Amino acid sequence: MAYLIHLAILFAIYAILGMSLNLVVGYTGLLSITHAAFYGIGAYTTAILLTKTGAGFFTSLILGIFITIAVSFLVGIVLSKFKGDYYSIGTLGFNTIVFAIFLNWQNLTRGPLGIPGISRPKLFGINFDNNFVFLILALVFLILVYFVSRFIVNSSFGRVLKAIREDETAIAVFGYNTLYFKLIIFIISAVIAATAGSLFASYITFVDPSGFQLMESVFILAIIILGGLANLRGPILGALFLTLLPEILRFVGFPADIAAQMRQVIYGVILVLLMLYRPQGLVGEYKL
Amino acid sequence: MKILETKNLIKRFNGVNAVDRLSIKIEKGQITGIIGPNGSGKTTLINLLSGVLVLDDGEVILNKTKKLSRILPYQIFSYGITRTFQNVRLFEQMTVLDNILVVITERNAFSSLFEKHTEYHYKLAKEILQKVGLWEKKNQLAVNLSYGQRKLLEIARALAMKAEIYLFDEPFAGLFPEMRKVVSDIVQGLKRKNKTIILVEHDMGLIREICDYVIVMNEGKLLAEGKPADVLKKREVIEAYLGN
Repeated sequence: MAYLIHLAILFAIYAILGMSLNLVVGYTGLLSITHAAFYGIGAYTTAILLTKTGAGFFTSLILGIFITIAVSFLVGIVLSKFKGDYYSIGTLGFNTIVFAIFLNWQNLTRGPLGIPGISRPKLFGINFDNNFVFLILALVFLILVYFVSRFIVNSSFGRVLKAIREDETAIAVFGYNTLYFKLIIFIISAVIAATAGSLFASYITFVDPSGFQLMESVFILAIIILGGLANLRGPILGALFLTLLPEILRFVGFPADIAAQMRQVIYGVILVLLMLYRPQGLVGEYKL
Repeated sequence: MKILETKNLIKRFNGVNAVDRLSIKIEKGQITGIIGPNGSGKTTLINLLSGVLVLDDGEVILNKTKKLSRILPYQIFSYGITRTFQNVRLFEQMTVLDNILVVITERNAFSSLFEKHTEYHYKLAKEILQKVGLWEKKNQLAVNLSYGQRKLLEIARALAMKAEIYLFDEPFAGLFPEMRKVVSDIVQGLKRKNKTIILVEHDMGLIREICDYVIVMNEGKLLAEGKPADVLKKREVIEAYLGN
């Protein structure tokens, strides 16, 4: 049971990450490969504040959000100069920079040693030390993010995002300054990712740079492509699939000496087959 | 009254002047046809007037007073200008209805977060889509429409702007006669409302039939201008189209 609760918490965190990235990739058509950077900023802010200052989880969460707003605003402005593939490469560069900071700013992040001993949240006398109680907190965040995403995509703003995805010049000539739309959704998406990072740091009680590498951004992207872009349920299904699949493959019964490698291979093959036969993902409404 | 003028407009592509010191004047409330052989700079001109391409030199003057040497695409709405594209550019993976709603709802990014389309927007979209006979298709994705329907949807999207100046880039190309009639009625209806229409077109019959004035371009330059019946008889215009 404890194992299932652990998986459910990871699922919730990845679903939050997927949902937020879906706003940028699925709805706005900007192929961003930098989500792990913002996820990491949230996680490290919580880790540093909780271990060094004794601040509470929710204080660290709010500060993490402010830092993310500032960083994503600046990055968003720079990225707005790029289009198409160049945009993706630009985002990739940002993720690499942030990872290098986590790894090398040893006084602040302790570099590859990571930061252990992060405490769990406490709120109104509720202590989230118990994993089941933490799961409820993670699910509350997930539901909140779902409704925020739904609110955005059902608004006039959300409709313009889709139009930007379809043809940015065409929507611009009808009087829409697309820079603002792209910047706002990029910041919202980054803030949600930072929130997921805070949750993650507080749940695992340890952070190190390896969790926020480029591959993590690719993994989050895989969640939404697999689940389905521009659909609110897509990231939930994608996160469910990608967090559970490796665990299910544990029970296939491969010989112990090759089990880990075989799981990776089968995991990869399933992803390739899915993309071959269902490129729009499980419930996607848009193909890259 | 001159609603739009260009003065010495220049647009270069790799050293070649696609629009070359072009100075023209557009009369308010008229249909002005822009004609010329392929590659004469007609679409480039429309792209310059709508900010899709950046001017290299020269200026655009609106209502005799507003001088513009730099036009950004999102600004043309506030100047009362709208356009269609030579190669239809719809929001493909959006419904027909959303293709209209998206251009009539809130333009301020922050305010639009808190706006959902209202009954007013819905009625306006309905009225416009009914005008081009696409209301029945409102829930279809634009990508699934036929070529003619796509052209009509693009024109409907421009109509929704309630602009003063309409830049139509080959709106009749590839349309069946009954659809040509719909578009022709729309264009002439706009004229009756004292709107200004700039129409890039290859069909000389149509130019004769609906245009009040014609501007002929060749190699980015102004070759001739005047009333259609006079201009289309000019030797240099015939030569530009048919060669020597």
